[in-house]
Amino acid sequence: MGFLGKLNHSFLGFHQRNSSLVSPIDESYRNAVVVLNNAMALFSVRCSESTLAEAQRDSRYDEHENQILDFPGGQVTFTSEMRFISESPEKRTKCYQVLDDNGRPILGTSFQPLSKEFAVRMYSNMVTLQTMDTIFYEAQRQGRISFYVTSNGEEAINIASAAALTFDDVVLPQYREPGVLLWRGFTLQEFANQCFGNKGDNGKGRQMPIHYGSKKLNYFTVSSTIATQLPQAVGAAYSLKMDSKDACVITYFGDGGTSEGDFHAALNFAAVMGAPVIFICRNNGWAISTPTSEQFRSDGIVVRGQAYGVRSIRVDGNDALAVYTAVQTAREMAISEHRPILIEALTYRVGHHSTSDDSTKYRPVDEIEHWRMARDPVTRFRKWVEWNGWWSDEDESELRSSARKQILHAIQVAEKVEKPPLSDLFTDVYDHLPSNLLEQERLLRETIKRHPQDYPPEVPM
Amino acid sequence: MAAILKGIVATSVLSSSSDFVPKGVQLPSLKSLPVSERKGGFLVDGSDAKVVPVSNARARSAGRLVAANAVAAEKSAASTASKTGGHELLLFEALREGLEEEMDRDPRVCVMGEDVGHYGGSYKVTKGLAKKYGDLRVLDTPIAENSFTGMAVGAAMTGLRPIVEGMNMGFLLLAFNQISNNCGMLHYTSGGQFKIPIVIRGPGGVGRQLGAEHSQRLESYFQSIPGIQMVACSTPYNAKGLMKAAIRSENPVILFEHVLLYNLKERIPDEEYVLSLEEAEMVRPGEHVTILTYSRMRYHVMQAAKTLVNKGYDPEVIDIRSLKPFDLYTIGNSVKKTHRVLIVEECMRTGGIGASLTAAINENFHDYLDAPVVCLSSQDVPTPYAGTLEEWTVVQPAQIVTAVEQLCR
Repeated sequence: MGFLGKLNHSFLGFHQRNSSLVSPIDESYRNAVVVLNNAMALFSVRCSESTLAEAQRDSRYDEHENQILDFPGGQVTFTSEMRFISESPEKRTKCYQVLDDNGRPILGTSFQPLSKEFAVRMYSNMVTLQTMDTIFYEAQRQGRISFYVTSNGEEAINIASAAALTFDDVVLPQYREPGVLLWRGFTLQEFANQCFGNKGDNGKGRQMPIHYGSKKLNYFTVSSTIATQLPQAVGAAYSLKMDSKDACVITYFGDGGTSEGDFHAALNFAAVMGAPVIFICRNNGWAISTPTSEQFRSDGIVVRGQAYGVRSIRVDGNDALAVYTAVQTAREMAISEHRPILIEALTYRVGHHSTSDDSTKYRPVDEIEHWRMARDPVTRFRKWVEWNGWWSDEDESELRSSARKQILHAIQVAEKVEKPPLSDLFTDVYDHLPSNLLEQERLLRETIKRHPQDYPPEVPM
Repeated sequence: MAAILKGIVATSVLSSSSDFVPKGVQLPSLKSLPVSERKGGFLVDGSDAKVVPVSNARARSAGRLVAANAVAAEKSAASTASKTGGHELLLFEALREGLEEEMDRDPRVCVMGEDVGHYGGSYKVTKGLAKKYGDLRVLDTPIAENSFTGMAVGAAMTGLRPIVEGMNMGFLLLAFNQISNNCGMLHYTSGGQFKIPIVIRGPGGVGRQLGAEHSQRLESYFQSIPGIQMVACSTPYNAKGLMKAAIRSENPVILFEHVLLYNLKERIPDEEYVLSLEEAEMVRPGEHVTILTYSRMRYHVMQAAKTLVNKGYDPEVIDIRSLKPFDLYTIGNSVKKTHRVLIVEECMRTGGIGASLTAAINENFHDYLDAPVVCLSSQDVPTPYAGTLEEWTVVQPAQIVTAVEQLCR
């Protein structure tokens, strides 16, 4: 006995029909036949259009006399050849690239054309990001800030993906995407304020450096936990879908983050729900000291998309134009077709994982240097911009020195700004201060009054 | 300026079961209270069925959130439920009614969880809602608790007001990461930019031979997460009121239901009402001893109360309802009156709600106690499957009677 079970493609248009169930097993069938009974109603109710038991045999044959049978989830063709699908494909998935290492468009390639202003803006942001990273890193080494995370080598992913979006698109970052904020107008002063945890910080000085967040710019506050933003991105997309907004959600994560359970569930949910999310994986080869060879055995991340029913593409993450084109196309698909897209951007983490890490301990220095010099995404894009006649050496030195000056200035200013007041320790835990926190604040103030010499002078009461 | 209105209303018969108190359960009294003069200033603004704007010195900067949108009930003082009027329903229907009213009222309210849509929820709390509001507002999710809780967090940060249903509270252990690290924290760490007005609800507690994994008391684990509120419902009346209050709250709220209480029947008002999330419920005023309890244990306590009354004791029974934060105002007033406290809970002895409550009472009301606080809890064992053993991991009325007798010696 068999029954009808069809995979329902449109979640939105789904209507449940009654399911009645028990189908006795017909002895003549060798193959496993799923028998529906009341306990399994839950499963069938979710996805199938109808699960009426059929009174007669239900089998068909394809043109090669192979038997086709219906199972929950759709029709499958049978084969008498027992063949295991290989654990790895013969060839790795190809990588979309637009510019070669010298910044020249590859023959026959198609990409989204850019205007001079736009290209220069992209390039300036990449340079600013690179400069900002360098100077903040040094500031940490000097003890002026406590912690920093660079995005060296990933400037193209940061800026080009941001450039392909609109400001209505919601961003859920991991922590290596400050470039997206930079593109949207977060000022250098605001970056510095957050790193110094002073009064000007949106987060009121509560988080450690690089945990930026801006509701105004639609950039969700960074949370240190890995991959937790992925299901949240699906939720945000669900919200956009409910409101029928012409916007999508974009979320970033690294190669390491794909091992988390949340990655699996988020892709699965997004596919099932038709959520307009763009999942961008920055596969930079390293999760602190764990190389990708020890993180997973699949052909990178892109192949996993199909496993969840998610359209995916592999892109050269150091090629700004390729990233830009891919993200823009993905955005259109996500919004118009209500589907998630997975983009794996291959790149390399040139810097250390963070200022608490020394990556020379687990990888060769010449490997790092090779990627820093020969494969720098900023240089590559610069060559293309110059080749178009849109940039010159003077522009370059002017931009770099100006950026450097502005960042140094921002740091100097931020260093002097007052820290947030003590009361901010207790606010925003809830929407209003509850009595227990009021009490705890009172106790704290009493303690400070009794021991004023132990209280830091730069924190206002 | 304290005005305490007491309304004693008889309720209709609750569902028959030897565990439950059949009659005479008193409904909560109306209170509108300013902050006390005590040090610490516990602020309870609450009214069960009336909007009471409370203003006083303390309230200016903070104040507990009243269910400020509560619609004023009719003049009948304790119009919580009356013998005539109102309608009778079961607890799970009361939850559904509250949910439906809020979904009607605010299009941003949505529900997500396993089997909540077309199946109607494993305890039928969401039955019929998917048909009425559509697939998108009552969303069936795949089996990944951490992920659909995360999804709710993301949706809330983007402007929706999701309600997450855990099929069983125990499954929400899988969602702990999202609840603790994100749900409770992001309002704070984002500097107040993003708020997360979600409700996480589901049945917990020891059922009838559901096995160890399905008999968890998660309030113990969640209670120290900063940024969340926790409430436990125990009657159809407070279930509906707390559900509505939780949905309207701007903070993440965890609403603890109990597997065995879904079929309790009660008559509740036809008029709209919203309860306060931070208020305890005076179930039975008394003079000799304060018994603090919540959820299912309330019924064990009331059953023991009958026996105690026959023996000449006068216990005051308070259903604390608000597990985080505790309503120390109501509790404090009671302790000051009776000077003896017995806590009856279903949590394990170690690290449960009772443990925290004991500490809070000792810290705040030490001078008013004539005897040490006694806490009756479940043992620190996984809940056994065998019915007789299971029964003995849960505090029984006989133990409560003995404890009161010893306390009042």
